[in-house]
Amino acid sequence: MSNIDLSVNIGSLKLRNPIMLASGTVGYGNEISEFSDLNKLGAIVTKSLSLKPRKGNPPQRIVETPAGMLNAIGLANVGVDVFLKEKIPFLKQFDVPLICNIAASSVEEYVECTRNLTSEETIKAFEINVSCPNVKEGGLQFGNDVNAVANVTAKVRAVTNKPLIIKLSPNVSYISEFAKVVKDEGGDAVSAINTLVGTSFNIFTKKPKIFNVNGGLSGPAIKPIALAKVLEISRKVDIPIIGIGGIMNWQDVVEFMIVGASAVQIGTLNFIDPTAPEKIIKQLEDYCIASNVEKLSNLTASYIL
Amino acid sequence: MFIVNSPVVETLQVHENIFIQKIHSPEIASIIKPGQFLNVRVSVNSFPLLRRPFSICDVNGENIFLMFNILGEGTKILAKKQKGDLIDILGPLGNGFNLEGEYKNAIIVAGGLGSAPFPLVTRIIKNSKNILSLVGGRSTQDIITYGMQNVQVSTDDGSQGFNGNVVQLLEKHLANIDNKTTKVFACGPNAMLRALKDFCIKNNLDCEVSTESAMACGFGICQGCPIESTTNDDKYLLVCKDGPVFNVKDVVI
Ligand SMILES: Cc1cc2nc3c(=O)[nH]c(=O)nc-3n(C[C@H](O)[C@H](O)[C@H](O)COP(=O)(O)OP(=O)(O)OC[C@H]3O[C@@H](n4cnc5c(N)ncnc54)[C@H](O)[C@@H]3O)c2cc1C
Ligand SMILES: Cc1cc2nc3c(=O)[nH]c(=O)nc-3n(C[C@H](O)[C@H](O)[C@H](O)COP(=O)(O)O)c2cc1C
Ligand code: FES
Repeated sequence: MSNIDLSVNIGSLKLRNPIMLASGTVGYGNEISEFSDLNKLGAIVTKSLSLKPRKGNPPQRIVETPAGMLNAIGLANVGVDVFLKEKIPFLKQFDVPLICNIAASSVEEYVECTRNLTSEETIKAFEINVSCPNVKEGGLQFGNDVNAVANVTAKVRAVTNKPLIIKLSPNVSYISEFAKVVKDEGGDAVSAINTLVGTSFNIFTKKPKIFNVNGGLSGPAIKPIALAKVLEISRKVDIPIIGIGGIMNWQDVVEFMIVGASAVQIGTLNFIDPTAPEKIIKQLEDYCIASNVEKLSNLTASYIL
Repeated sequence: MFIVNSPVVETLQVHENIFIQKIHSPEIASIIKPGQFLNVRVSVNSFPLLRRPFSICDVNGENIFLMFNILGEGTKILAKKQKGDLIDILGPLGNGFNLEGEYKNAIIVAGGLGSAPFPLVTRIIKNSKNILSLVGGRSTQDIITYGMQNVQVSTDDGSQGFNGNVVQLLEKHLANIDNKTTKVFACGPNAMLRALKDFCIKNNLDCEVSTESAMACGFGICQGCPIESTTNDDKYLLVCKDGPVFNVKDVVI
C-alpha cells in the first residue's frame, strides 16, 4: 500500500477521496452499484428530491450535442417520503457518504424537505439545487437571483447542522457573487457548476428536439466554462468548492483541483462508463506517486497565474 | 449487466444500407434474452459522446449479432469496424419478449429496422410455435426479412408484396386468427405500433411491442427515456429499464 493521502475535507465533511457522483446521474445508487464498488467513492449525491414525487417532463428529454448532451428531465423523482422509506435502506448498506440533493419550488419547500431528511443518519450532507423555478416569485430560477440564493441558504441553514452545500447555476454573469452570499449566510461549500441552458432544433421540422425546448448542457463541452467559474470563485471567495462539469478522466480532476476545487463530481461520464469513477480514483493515486504529491488536497487552488 | 470489450468477427452489408455485425462475446451470448438490447460505445473519444442502443438481433454459440442501418455518425463508425476491432458493449439491458406461454401461433410484425430483434425470437420459438412474419416498409428497399420465417411483405408504395401498411396486412388475416391461441410480437416505427395497438385491443389479441426512445445511459440512472403508462398517471415508465418490450395495454404509444 502506498502512503498517498487522497482524502479531502469540505468543511466538516471528510471524504476518503475527492470523487463524488453528481446528482441526477446516479439515481439512488442501486443501478450503479452493479458496476462499481460504491464504498470506494468519495461520496454520492442523490437525484434532486422534492417534497412530493414529481413525474417530470414528457419525452423527448435528452439529445446529444457536440461533446455534450442536453437534458430536460424536469426533476422527476420519488419525493422525500418514498426516498426515506424505499431508497435509504439500500443506501444504508454502504459505507459511502450520502449527500441529499434537494430541489423545490419555494423557500418553504426547501426548508421542509431538509427538515424531514436531516434526522436520517445515513445522510451526511445536503446539496441544494437552486436551478429550479421559484414558482411563488414568478418562475425566475432561484439560482439567477442573489437574494433568493441568500434567503434559501439562511433558511435551510437554520434547520440543519449537517454540512450545507449550495449548487450554483452557471447561467449568471458573476458566479462569485453567489458564492459570497452562500458563505455569508452560513453555507459550508458551493458546487459549481450545474448545467448550462441550451437548445437544439431539427432543421427539417423546425421544431425543438426536446419537449421542454430548453435543456441543460452537460459533458466535456462545458468543462472550460466550469473551470473558469471555479477559478473565479476560488479567487474571490474563501469557501470550499466542489468542481463539476465535463469531467471525463483523472487529468480533468487534477485540473479542477488546481483551479480551486476541493473535490469534484462526475456526471455525464457515469452514463457512458459507470466504472470510470472507480478507475479515476486509482489513476489519481498513480498520478500522486508519479508526481510526488503526498497529499492530493495540496493541489487545491495551487494555480500559478 | 456489465461492460465487455468484444471483438468483431465480421461486418456484413446485407442490403443497400443494412449491416449485420457478428461479435464474439461469450459473456453476453450466454445470458442475453430475445428483445433485450445492448448499449454500444462506438468511439473512445467524445464524439459521439453517448452509447448507442441496439437490439440483440441473434445469438449463435458464443457470437452475438447486431443489425443496423447508417443513420448518423455513430452507426457510420460502427459499420466500419472490421474483424478483430474491439467493441465496448454495456448489457444486457431491458426486459425482452416473453416468448413462453400456452399460445400456439406467433405473429411477428416488423416495420423497417423493426426486424432487428426477430431472428433470435424466430430461432427460439420456431420448433414450438407456428410463426407468421409480416414485414412492412415504405418501399422494397426497406424490407428486411433476414433470419425470419414464413414471411409476408407489405410496402406502402406497392413495390413488393401487399400494397399498404403492415397492420392492414395483418387485418387481412383476421378471419384466420384465433385470439385465444395467438400472440403478437412487434417492433417498428411508433405510427405502426400505434395502429397495431388499436387493432390488437379491438380484436382482443395479446401483443408485446418493442419500443424506442432517445437514451443516455440505457440502465435506469438518467431518467432520459420516459414512456407514458396506461395504469399509473403519476409516474412515467422507463423504456430502458421497464421496457423496451411492453404489453401494448400497458403503455401509451
Ligand atoms: C432499445 C433500442 C433498440 C434499438 N435497436 C436498434 C437496432 O437493432 N438497429 C438499429 O439500427 N437501430 C436500433 N435502435 C436505434 C439506434 O439506437 C439509432 O439508430 C442510433 O442511436 C443512431 O445513432 P447514430 O449516431 O448513427 O445517429 P444519430 O446521429 O444519433 O441520429 C441520427 C438521427 O436519428 C435520430 N435518432 C437517433 N436515435 C433515435 C431514437 N432512438 N429515436 C428516434 N430518433 C432517433 C436522431 O435524432 C437523428 O436525427 C435502437 C434504439 C433503441 C432505443
Ligand atoms: C440527465 C441529467 C440529470 C441531472 N439531474 C440533476 C438534478 O436532479 N439535480 C442537480 O442538481 N443536477 C442535476 N444534473 C446536473 C449534474 O449533476 C451536473 O451538475 C452536470 O451534469 C455537469 O456535470 P457533467 O458535465 O459531469 O455531467 C443532471 C445532469 C444530467 C446530465
Ligand atoms: S436511458 Fe437513462 S434511464 Fe433510460
